[in-house]
Amino acid sequence: MTPPDGVQRMVCIGCPIGCQLEVEYLGGDGDAWRIAGYDCKKGKSYAAEEVTDPRRMVATTVAIEGASWRRLPVRTASPIPKDQVLALCRRLHAVRVTSPVAMGDVVLADALGTGVDVIATRSL
Amino acid sequence: MITRTPRSRYDVVVVGAGPAGLAAALGAREAGAEHVLLVDREPEPGGILQQCIHTGFGLHTFEEELTGPEFAERFIDRLTERGADLLLGSFILDGAPREGAVQIVGRDVGAARVEYGSLVLAMGCRERTRGALRIPGTRPAGVYTAGLAQKMVNMMGVLPGRRVVILGSGDIGLIMARRLVLEGVEVLGVYEILPYSSGLNRNIAQCLNDFDIPLHLSTTVTRVGGRDRVEWVEVCPVDEALRPIAGARRERIACDTLLLSVGLIPENELSQRLGARLDLVTRGPVVDSTLMTSVDGVFACGNVLHVHDLVDWVADEAMRAGRFAAEHALGRPRPRDSVRVVPGQNVRYVVPHTISPDRDQEVLFRVARPVERATIVAVAVGEEREQPIVSKKIRYAFPAEMMRLSLSQADLDKIDAETLRIDVVERPPKKDPKPKGSRS
Repeated sequence: MTPPDGVQRMVCIGCPIGCQLEVEYLGGDGDAWRIAGYDCKKGKSYAAEEVTDPRRMVATTVAIEGASWRRLPVRTASPIPKDQVLALCRRLHAVRVTSPVAMGDVVLADALGTGVDVIATRSL
Repeated sequence: MITRTPRSRYDVVVVGAGPAGLAAALGAREAGAEHVLLVDREPEPGGILQQCIHTGFGLHTFEEELTGPEFAERFIDRLTERGADLLLGSFILDGAPREGAVQIVGRDVGAARVEYGSLVLAMGCRERTRGALRIPGTRPAGVYTAGLAQKMVNMMGVLPGRRVVILGSGDIGLIMARRLVLEGVEVLGVYEILPYSSGLNRNIAQCLNDFDIPLHLSTTVTRVGGRDRVEWVEVCPVDEALRPIAGARRERIACDTLLLSVGLIPENELSQRLGARLDLVTRGPVVDSTLMTSVDGVFACGNVLHVHDLVDWVADEAMRAGRFAAEHALGRPRPRDSVRVVPGQNVRYVVPHTISPDRDQEVLFRVARPVERATIVAVAVGEEREQPIVSKKIRYAFPAEMMRLSLSQADLDKIDAETLRIDVVERPPKKDPKPKGSRS
């Protein structure tokens, strides 16, 4: 991905503090970046990733049968590319599981070819 | 763990099996209480966590980012291992604190009287509704609190509507905006009466900005229209006193649903029945440093005590309440507190209301208005003079974010007064505004 021009400003989503980050591509031989405003290493890596390969955790639900509730909460095991978030949710609308399901069970493997599994976040 | 026939006496009875209740029960067991009973009116434990399916829980407790149901299940598993009785579909009708007994009514027990050594109140809070705001207009279907809509979408599999306006930018409102977009619902905008959002900045970033949902500050809903179903809401900018500006353009937004995320109120009907004194600001019980209310042997923790923003701090506080409740039940009460804690400059409230200089303490509080670059100061207020005991520099403070101040025993030894006041004082701006963490 081509690095963006100028200073990019963003709020870190790594924890509830929400640091105001600044990222600037300086280029040159060392492919240098200037990252400012972070308070921990999570913020630094988030800033770099956000301008080159933005990713998000996705938490949603799928239909479940034979359980006390009609929806089973699920999430991606790790963040997926941001531009695939809505597509993944549409894909999960077609998923139907049957009780019992245990927390951590894979509900959809290698979601949309991202290499990331979608897992159940509770036993139901 | 689930019981249908509770014993007639427990060391500790915990009211509510949400995050606070689960942690309090665990804390009580770990502190040596042998028999612990948890009572919840829902058919399963976990409370609000079961519908909070988004990530962001447990960063402090488990050092990883979990969803609400995962956080709950881990606590339920830990408690199951420790052993406690869990009575579901039941609630506490009334209590007789002088006799150390509560009256339980429930699905499986019918009516039962249970005696306790200590009682822990962990009932959580309720959402404010349209009635609390008194929004004029018709009374059609389609006006929901955000938390109810969250339960409908995430557990019951029912969408509240197709075109949604959200009033209130608290975290639940922001989380629901994203949640509805992920389910294919159109979210037209989030309206906030205050000039700033009352939610976390990261939630504005990842819930609104990621999906191009507009946030309108200093604007509120002034009318609801529609006969059977919501057909439109009218929004209007407000002045500094938060009143709709006379003569300002009022915009009608066509929609079928209005979600309200306009605050939470600790659910203290039972606490009041038991005779616990309430704080008018937190709307939760007044507690001492052991989290005991004004009623002997009755403790409180979690959102029933004061509304928290992070479940990790709820669990933390509740573990402590559970431990102190166990100590009390086992006949090992702590010495009485000797210092009153009061809110000072730009501080809305402080919990607990008294502290004891015999051990390290922690006070939790919220600021009244947002500030950048400030110092938290704990001031001992004597009759003759005021003496700062502890001060801590902070980069910013928001009303939406609960603050914590640790007071070591060495700090507390310096107090030669009966009152400790917590201030949040602004510092002058820095001359060189180079941000921290700057690298080239």
